[in-house]
Amino acid sequence: MAGVQVSNVSRSFGAHKALDDVSIDFADGGFYALLGPSGSGKTTLLRQIAGFDFPDSGRIAIGGESVERVPVEKRRIGMVFQNYALFPNMSVADNVAFGLSVRGEAKAVIAAEVQGALDLVQLGKLGGRRPHQLSGGQRQRVALARAIVTKPRVLLLDEPLGALDKALRVDMQIELKRIQREIGITTIFVTHDQEEALTMSDRIGILRDGRLVQEGPPEEIYDRPKSEFAATFLGDANIFRGDATGSGILLADGTAIAAGAGATLAAGAKASCAVRPERIRIATDAGVSNATDTNVLKGQVSKRIFAGNNSTYFVDRAGQTLKVIVQNTGIERLSEGQDVVLRWSPESTVLIAAS
Amino acid sequence: MATTRILEWLGRLYISVLLAFLYLPIIIMALMSFNVSPFYQLPFEWTTEWYASLWQNDQLIAATWNSVEIAVIATVICTVLGSAASLALYRYEFRGKKFLQALLFPPIAIPWLITGTAMLIFFFGVGIGRGLHAILLGHVALALPYVIVVVSARLQTFAPELEEAARSLGANQWQVTWRVTLPWIMPGVIAGGLFAFAVSFDQFVVSYFLATPGQTTLPVEIYAAIRKGFTPEINAVSTIIIVVSMALMLLTARFFKFGGEK
Repeated sequence: MAGVQVSNVSRSFGAHKALDDVSIDFADGGFYALLGPSGSGKTTLLRQIAGFDFPDSGRIAIGGESVERVPVEKRRIGMVFQNYALFPNMSVADNVAFGLSVRGEAKAVIAAEVQGALDLVQLGKLGGRRPHQLSGGQRQRVALARAIVTKPRVLLLDEPLGALDKALRVDMQIELKRIQREIGITTIFVTHDQEEALTMSDRIGILRDGRLVQEGPPEEIYDRPKSEFAATFLGDANIFRGDATGSGILLADGTAIAAGAGATLAAGAKASCAVRPERIRIATDAGVSNATDTNVLKGQVSKRIFAGNNSTYFVDRAGQTLKVIVQNTGIERLSEGQDVVLRWSPESTVLIAAS
Repeated sequence: MATTRILEWLGRLYISVLLAFLYLPIIIMALMSFNVSPFYQLPFEWTTEWYASLWQNDQLIAATWNSVEIAVIATVICTVLGSAASLALYRYEFRGKKFLQALLFPPIAIPWLITGTAMLIFFFGVGIGRGLHAILLGHVALALPYVIVVVSARLQTFAPELEEAARSLGANQWQVTWRVTLPWIMPGVIAGGLFAFAVSFDQFVVSYFLATPGQTTLPVEIYAAIRKGFTPEINAVSTIIIVVSMALMLLTARFFKFGGEK
């Protein structure tokens, strides 16, 4: 096992800067998600760490050893591909055995290791099957067993759950996390699915246009996004734009919004505030107040989407549509066209410097 | 209902006529190789005398062995070189790659008569001359593009992640090729090899130009024999070849699913 240090890595394809001076420290044994929209550079970064492609500049170290010019076959990494990339001409056991076999391990050692890896992914009895005889979830497990049986220093996963349906994906998320904990391997996981990134990883790195936008534990990024992009890409957010006042912002119409978290900005600077939809309380009258919910806005419900355990209200206010998510407690149902009052606390409001 | 039945009947008739056109001449020829009359006369009287006399026809037998030898060697050379070339075209980007790929098709389209004439002139010019070695060289040149085209088509269905997965597991370039890529393209390699064998074994025009009077191949020898006067030995040798090649084809089809693996 080993940590991975990516330092000032840049990579261009022609005029396109796929990675622009990216530095991330992946600590030993951690589970990291690289999250970003398509074209953000997350897969390019993973391929640099794997060794399929070399950076134009910068340094990549695995376990303290510089590897940025070492080809993939010598890096001792394990990789799981989006489409699993199982060898169709080999049985499940032979697929898992491949990495040990090309290293010239003894047959008996290979057999024992392969059985151990298959048992770990709960496919102990399917060694004799061919990949095309397996379900999507089973193929995924075989790919994982094949990647970890060689005891790699790092496990790299390229959107490994993207091809699975939702129920199976949730199962595999739990399973993947269990296995990762069990063997304690440093894991780097590329995804465009924010929910997957939130539920699975210890830390998340958000990429955009080849740059690292923000990096940290999921709670920190969700609760304290440092940019509008991070706020809206990881989860939903209502964004207010105005001028910084020292304790929040002043909107163009003179409404003040207090922010209890985020950047410290000089008064007068362009700034925005981000508020998560589930942090806003919605009510029909101005009377019911709460000492902490000092941010108050009036608006009108333009649309309501019922989703069983919760409802999303779209509230029009001064030309802006705000989103509010309310748990279904069975008490209050608001209808479209109704005038409402929105309240939330400054602690739920993050101040962000204008980008 | 009635129209469906008529259509069904027409379909069967179509298939029957098609098969008759393909196989009737061959069946008649095979039957006549066992007929006493050398002039296709009926009633049919069983004999194996033509096979016996074929055994005595040293020239025809020598030509047959020449053909087999040249076809086998040409097939091996074409399969190895062609597969290697296909892999190179698949894996690497280099200057003039598109041009090289485009160059593969004219040899397939140019009439063999013209290719044969050109080879004859060229081989004379550079001192290769005529003979079995020249025929082999000519056949390799003729068959190579077929192998490259067939193997390349198979490689188009290959998922490049498979090579990447193998490399990530520590396999070097040789191990990747032998254990992952080759098994996948094998049906294409076999099909390409069959093409190469057929192009060489059937080859008349180019062989005719490059053969010397004493040393020749079966198609050229058959042509020469027919010009001298038809003998049922030709039927006999043709029948043997058909039986052998059909058996080979069936075996290959049995062991390699040409539709590709599931």
